Amino acid sequence: MPEWKETVRAPEEEAKGPVVQAQSKPKAFFKKFMQRRTAVAAAVFLLILLIITAVGPQLAPYDPAAPDYDNLLSGPSPAHVLGTDEYGRDVLSRLMAGSRLTLGVSLSSVIIGAAIGTVLGVLAGYYGGILETLVMRGSDVLFAFPDILLAIAIVAMIGPGIINVVIAVAVFTVPSFARIMRSATLSVKESLYVEVARSIGCKNGRILSRYIFPGTMQSMIVNFTMRVGTAILAAASLSFLGFGANVTEPDWGAMLSSGRNYIGVASHLVYFPGLLIFLTVLAFNLLGDGLRDTLDPKIK
Amino acid sequence: MSPLVQVKNVTKTFSAGKKLLGKKSVVHAVNRISFDMVQGETFSIVGESGCGKSTTARLVNHLLTPDSGEIWFDGKQISAMNENQMRPLRADMQMIFQDPNGSLNPRMRVEDLVAEPLLVHTGLSADERLRQARELLEIVGLSAKHARRYPHEFSGGQRQRIGIARALTVRPKLIIADEPVSSLDVSIQAQVLNLMQRLQAEFQLTYLFISHDLSVVEMISDRIAVMYLGCIAEIAPKAELYRNPRHPYTQALLSAVPVPDPAVKRERVLLQGDIPSAVHLPEGCLFHARCPLCTDICRRQVPEPQDLGGGHVVACHHI
Amino acid sequence: MPEELLLDVRRLRTEFSQGKKGSVVAVNDVSFQIHKGEILGLVGESGCGKSVTALSIMSLLKDTPGKITGGEVYLEGKNLLECSEEEMRKIRGENVSMIFQEAMSSLNPAMRVSAQLVEAILLHTDKTRREAEEHALKMLAQVGIPDPARVGRSYPHQLSGGMSQRVMIAMAMSCDPHLLIADEPTTALDVTIQAQILDLMRKIQREIHTGILLITHDLGVVAEMCSRVIVMYAGRIVEEAPVQMLFYEPMHPYTKGLIASVPKLGSGVTSLPSIPGSVPDLSMMPPGCKFAPRCRYAQDRCREEEPPLAELGGGRKCRCVLVQDKEATVQ
Repeated sequence: MPEWKETVRAPEEEAKGPVVQAQSKPKAFFKKFMQRRTAVAAAVFLLILLIITAVGPQLAPYDPAAPDYDNLLSGPSPAHVLGTDEYGRDVLSRLMAGSRLTLGVSLSSVIIGAAIGTVLGVLAGYYGGILETLVMRGSDVLFAFPDILLAIAIVAMIGPGIINVVIAVAVFTVPSFARIMRSATLSVKESLYVEVARSIGCKNGRILSRYIFPGTMQSMIVNFTMRVGTAILAAASLSFLGFGANVTEPDWGAMLSSGRNYIGVASHLVYFPGLLIFLTVLAFNLLGDGLRDTLDPKIK
Repeated sequence: MSPLVQVKNVTKTFSAGKKLLGKKSVVHAVNRISFDMVQGETFSIVGESGCGKSTTARLVNHLLTPDSGEIWFDGKQISAMNENQMRPLRADMQMIFQDPNGSLNPRMRVEDLVAEPLLVHTGLSADERLRQARELLEIVGLSAKHARRYPHEFSGGQRQRIGIARALTVRPKLIIADEPVSSLDVSIQAQVLNLMQRLQAEFQLTYLFISHDLSVVEMISDRIAVMYLGCIAEIAPKAELYRNPRHPYTQALLSAVPVPDPAVKRERVLLQGDIPSAVHLPEGCLFHARCPLCTDICRRQVPEPQDLGGGHVVACHHI
Repeated sequence: MPEELLLDVRRLRTEFSQGKKGSVVAVNDVSFQIHKGEILGLVGESGCGKSVTALSIMSLLKDTPGKITGGEVYLEGKNLLECSEEEMRKIRGENVSMIFQEAMSSLNPAMRVSAQLVEAILLHTDKTRREAEEHALKMLAQVGIPDPARVGRSYPHQLSGGMSQRVMIAMAMSCDPHLLIADEPTTALDVTIQAQILDLMRKIQREIHTGILLITHDLGVVAEMCSRVIVMYAGRIVEEAPVQMLFYEPMHPYTKGLIASVPKLGSGVTSLPSIPGSVPDLSMMPPGCKFAPRCRYAQDRCREEEPPLAELGGGRKCRCVLVQDKEATVQ
């Protein structure tokens, strides 16, 4: 094949040739995510909720704290769409205002818990050894308690109050992140490109920040979304039990709690906060499912 | 000239998990191997899967440390170093891996990947690092225009070029290439092999080339070591090994390679049976169970390497 | 070809749907024949459609997005594409069998080897269980397994790669199929084990007179095993020729490049001619000849119109206008 011999020295121009035209990652992700209807619906619901939380008080038809003694415990009506409570306060306005406290408490507690859990989990997975044993056994101990019971126990120890509720919920969020992030770290750590990084001479800090952590982000985002739902439920439960905010503050759990006394005469006081908590938790879980399926179909 | 790499009597075992009630079982990945590499040569290790060739590559690269024996690189004994002592030396010793998909961080841009060794080993500015990375991408036959893309947008052969560019940024003396073309199609394989040869001349590289493919090894090597079950069966200069293989395993291996020429009908040394497990190594010569020449002494005694002159070393009782 | 015709594939076309974006053609206008006792090689690089061709013949595309959209596949005169799933199940195993690259994962990990063999035999023959068990042992011995009774009692994960490929072959051959389709049967194996398996396949072809379609990317294996070779590129057959002709006088520029770029043991070369560029993506095929963007002889007309697969006599076919022109002037 003499004619092919000539190409030996030919510059390998074509190697530059067309690379596969792939969509940019965020774009491809968005497209895939949009195909999951329930997750999109959940995302839309949560988005509306967040907007209301942000600008809620301005949108609310009434002052959530203003009593109206002419309208005590009245059911839904054109004037008060979701009715009024025992002081004649507008339920809709209180729910809108209450989302700040409820979401604020649950989100901040999950953020704190996720941060601590992620750091512990990643370090445990990467370095192994005694650190791993300590973190994992500690998680096991915390896992042995049912979530709510653990939170109640913590609040009982450190006393009621919003900050303490945040701490309690954060504490029981830590082990779930520690576990998930550890296993995600273990799988990324085994990947060839981490070995390559080590062979290049990267230090542990760089490997952790540029290789391991980005590789575990997906698991973290998914778990985060799921845990927010649990945290809302826990925060609401604690408020319901009277450990949380001052009862006069609008808060979903507290509203549910005080509405319980009038369940016979004014059941809407229980229904609407309960329904809202249910929908919000459900939406976070559905969003979490959708994100998990889109980001990483392997972790079912 | 003093050798660039010296491997002296190196052994590496892995634990293979505990058996219930039994003692720990151990995989003997590499058993008492020794070889030298001089500057500028391509030294290849061939063998079948599980023969310990990849473990050897990782030992030389200090990704693994030997159980016993010494590894010297550029006049320093690296086998006794810890990772912090080793790190500066890594600038002189880079590695290319088999799987170009798995060896690149999917979340980093190609230019950042290629520039990373410079970040780790030099004090160059970010601009200068990127400039050099782009220059190297051009040298390995990729376009600097694509430097801002992610690895998944490239084909297998292109990704292997990225891996090569990355290894070259710090101008290493030694490149350890672990099956660099095994996962590529033949037409792409030839491109990458040619590239590696061009770069060797251009950058005065020394290659430690690991492969299972005897035809590829013949093309690229100066000297070759044949490994079997963690031991070196034979070391010889290329021409000598292919013309005059002395170890029965080398002979069998060479005769088993299908040649792309329908007229070649060769006498084949067909080996019986499978490679024994590296957990329970056979007594005596590790090859004796499959060896056509096996006699009593082979079953009892491990053959010592014998120097036949001209750099031809064979570990067999029957020469 | 004095031997009787076994498999006749006519203008096979298989498409893979890609969701809403439409579909790509993985196998396009593929026609070939296999005669009894012949080993036909099907070579090409990854993604050229060689495995999809095999799966299409076996009607094994059910669980994939792939769909056969044209052509006929006649096995001993019977059109397989018109068979029901029921009939195909009978035909697979009895008339045609297939072995895969990953023998280990093609075996049921939860069943002993002999039980799987017996099951396959009972399914396709009217042997009694005892006869089937005897036959299973006989088959294991025939494929060169030492101590077949012991191997029969083991589970697939206890076998080595070479051993499980032997078991797969025993299973494939247990009902004496007339055609064996081997999809990269030795790619996952080491060379010394590969040599054993190739030897076994040659024995089957010689002694039982089975027709074999050997799919591989390894030109060395082709040269050693096959009497005729088909070269595929981008879902199309680009060249077909008897093995000697293909290796000594390759005609299609792709075949030439492919053969030239394989390092040849003992040749002493230190550099290889290579084909520049890489295989086009199936969804972004160039118009005209699919090899034109990488072909150093390509002319404008190559880029405009796809050449047909032309008969050149002597059992040769080639899909290249330049070769066809040259042949015409010679005549």
